[in-house]
Amino acid sequence: MTVTRGKPPAGDSASATSERRSHVPGEGTAAAAAIDEARRTMLHDARARKRTRIGADALMEALARQGVDTLFSYPGGVILPIYDILADYPEVRHILVRHEQGGAHAADGYARASGKVGVCMGTSGPGATNLVTGIGTAMLDSVPMVVLTGNVASPLLGKDAFQEIDITGITLPMTKHNYLVRSADDIPRVVAEAFYLASHGRPGPVHVDFTKDALQAETRAEHPTEAEVIAGLPGFRPTLEGHPKQIKTAAREIAEAKRPLILAGHGVLVADAWRELRAFAAKTQIPVAWSLLGVGIMDEDDPLAYGYMGMHGWKHTNRAIQSADLLIAIGMRFDDRVTGSVSTYAPYARIIHVDIDPAEIGKNVAVEVPIVGDAKRVLEALTKAVQPVERSARAEYLDQLAAWRAESEASSWHGSGREGVLTADFVVGRIGELTEHQGTYVADVGQNQMWTARYTKFKRPNSHISSGGLGTMGFGVPAAMGAALGNPDAETWAIVGDGGFQMTSQELMTLAADRIPVKIAVLDNKKLGMIRQWQEIVYGGNYHSSHLPGPDFCKLAEAYGIPSWKATTPEQADGAIRAAQATDGPALIWFEIEEAQNVFPFMTAGKGLSDLIESWGGPEE
Amino acid sequence: MTPDTAAHAAPPPRPIPGSGEAGRHSLVVLVMDRPGVLNRVASLMRARNFNIDSLAVSRTDREHISRMTLTLHGDDVAVEQAAKQLYKLVDVLKVQDVTADQVVEHELALVKVRATDANRAEVIKIVELYKGRVVDIAPESVIVEATGAESEIDALVALLRGYGIKELVRTGAIVMLRGAGSIEEALKL
Repeated sequence: MTVTRGKPPAGDSASATSERRSHVPGEGTAAAAAIDEARRTMLHDARARKRTRIGADALMEALARQGVDTLFSYPGGVILPIYDILADYPEVRHILVRHEQGGAHAADGYARASGKVGVCMGTSGPGATNLVTGIGTAMLDSVPMVVLTGNVASPLLGKDAFQEIDITGITLPMTKHNYLVRSADDIPRVVAEAFYLASHGRPGPVHVDFTKDALQAETRAEHPTEAEVIAGLPGFRPTLEGHPKQIKTAAREIAEAKRPLILAGHGVLVADAWRELRAFAAKTQIPVAWSLLGVGIMDEDDPLAYGYMGMHGWKHTNRAIQSADLLIAIGMRFDDRVTGSVSTYAPYARIIHVDIDPAEIGKNVAVEVPIVGDAKRVLEALTKAVQPVERSARAEYLDQLAAWRAESEASSWHGSGREGVLTADFVVGRIGELTEHQGTYVADVGQNQMWTARYTKFKRPNSHISSGGLGTMGFGVPAAMGAALGNPDAETWAIVGDGGFQMTSQELMTLAADRIPVKIAVLDNKKLGMIRQWQEIVYGGNYHSSHLPGPDFCKLAEAYGIPSWKATTPEQADGAIRAAQATDGPALIWFEIEEAQNVFPFMTAGKGLSDLIESWGGPEE
Repeated sequence: MTPDTAAHAAPPPRPIPGSGEAGRHSLVVLVMDRPGVLNRVASLMRARNFNIDSLAVSRTDREHISRMTLTLHGDDVAVEQAAKQLYKLVDVLKVQDVTADQVVEHELALVKVRATDANRAEVIKIVELYKGRVVDIAPESVIVEATGAESEIDALVALLRGYGIKELVRTGAIVMLRGAGSIEEALKL
């Protein structure tokens, strides 16, 4: 068929009248079948090639042995040896991302949703540096990830060769460990070590850089057993069991406390210890507050669930921390967004701190009872060591907390309920309700992230994914892409602001091409909302650069062949959400929300948890 | 102050870790002898905002194991934090703060001092008093080699400064526990 430039091909007019216009072949169509057939043929050809085993094979074998089923990657010159043999390993699904940063966030989202190690790959030089933001994001949030990059052939290392950069030098301070592999024979051992390190102890990203000649050389090196891997890493022996003496001390502190509070963080989810946490809380009748990455640890309908803490946390949650006589912190690290000013933090509390990383204990806050260990095992031991407590024995305390909660929920202004005004908290609340709180909700960064954490209502562990430590704008869409593949059973929503969405929106093409069913909710206030909020409250209304005009998001989605809807009033929200849910593949909803909505409560930098700003005399009140 | 805290007496501020009185600490760090391990240690200390005063690295008598002696300033909590961060490096096998232990702590210094016929004998006499030795003599200068604790070297250098120091190099401290106890033997591999 001849196609005149600038003119659509004639004869293919079916799509012109349908609601969905897409050049991506839909499932079950003849075009899709042709592509699948082409893939199969390609695979057959490669297998028939009868070639020698090269370093790239050792790498792909190692990935397959680790159970890697998804690889987020973007090709480039020095990793062509891998691409040349990739089709020989159909057990590893290759997702061709549109930017390496998207690949890194996708691997991150995949890992968080599945509990497995996420894997991404990029070429040398710019491919590798594009991965860096995603590596940093995974590092700060302790996400198990293996990052693969190619580098120039080893004789060219250090010669400023084309697309050469010292990427292991760059990733050194932001990985759990990293490797530069110059010999094909080292590949099986190094990849096995990388996976072991990424997923054991406190998880984190491990980066492996391969020279092109290592990928191309023939090798007979065998894959090590786990015992051999452990023996090869004598400096890596994480402590899993809490010290019995410390467990005993903690149990005594818990028995004596009158106003105890559990602070649960990401470590509880990472250790798959949410059941143990809920059992411990139930046995002791101690309420649980959580950090941003701890959202989802507790079913929010659980009577002992006491809310999200910190800078944008609930007032009652922070008030409970400030009046507690004992904090039992598990798998959290007293980040500055959680504590505010340390000198005024939890002034009456003794602290029990459980973490698998000894360096986290005493780093930000001095504690009375340190316990190094895996959250699951320590919680099991603690639950055994404590005496059961009836609710009636804590009635006075729990009743007071309930009263505080009622007061704070009534007084905390969150914007909902005004006729005709579409507000963010309403949108995320409806998404939560219409998905029956069983989806995976991936936030971006900024106001959208805080609204998601506060108002979606979470009931399922690992259903909330967010860039907490690094606060990476642009995380939402690609991480949701990975999350949808990592946990295909849950409906996956990316809840993003208009700013962060525009940072990585190129991944819409990946979603469309691979028919990855991510539902994207763009909360568009035409602002860098959190920046605008700070400028309004802290910088006297100097709104420099926080006004952020964006494109027509529906047209953008349409350009990628993704169905989209727009909602500008609360009445339109439900219909759009339901329509997106009814779509098989990806979908986008453009929510034009109130432009000046703030997130309250709000604690400004340098202040303490007792200094929350609960509302602001702005136009919205 | 919130209403819930107003009823209580104002509590003392919570101490901020690392804000105590800083002192000099010596850490012995045993590491796997792998490419880039020095870079990992140095990069970590920089990134975590610790200031290394001195760092000496060498092989040990054990295959694949190197030993670093690292001195830094900080309060006990900060130095413990530095040690814990070092432990997170996969190539680090052992970190021991030997500040409070009985140790032999030495460093080696080479000092090129201005010395002429008129005062060379005087310089040599000072050096001998400090159990140093002169290892090179030129018409206008001598090179002095001295070993000892940091404070001893400091004292000798201060005296030699009066004659004019042309060049000074110090290795940084190396430390070993006194007695039969061995940091390396305690290593479980």
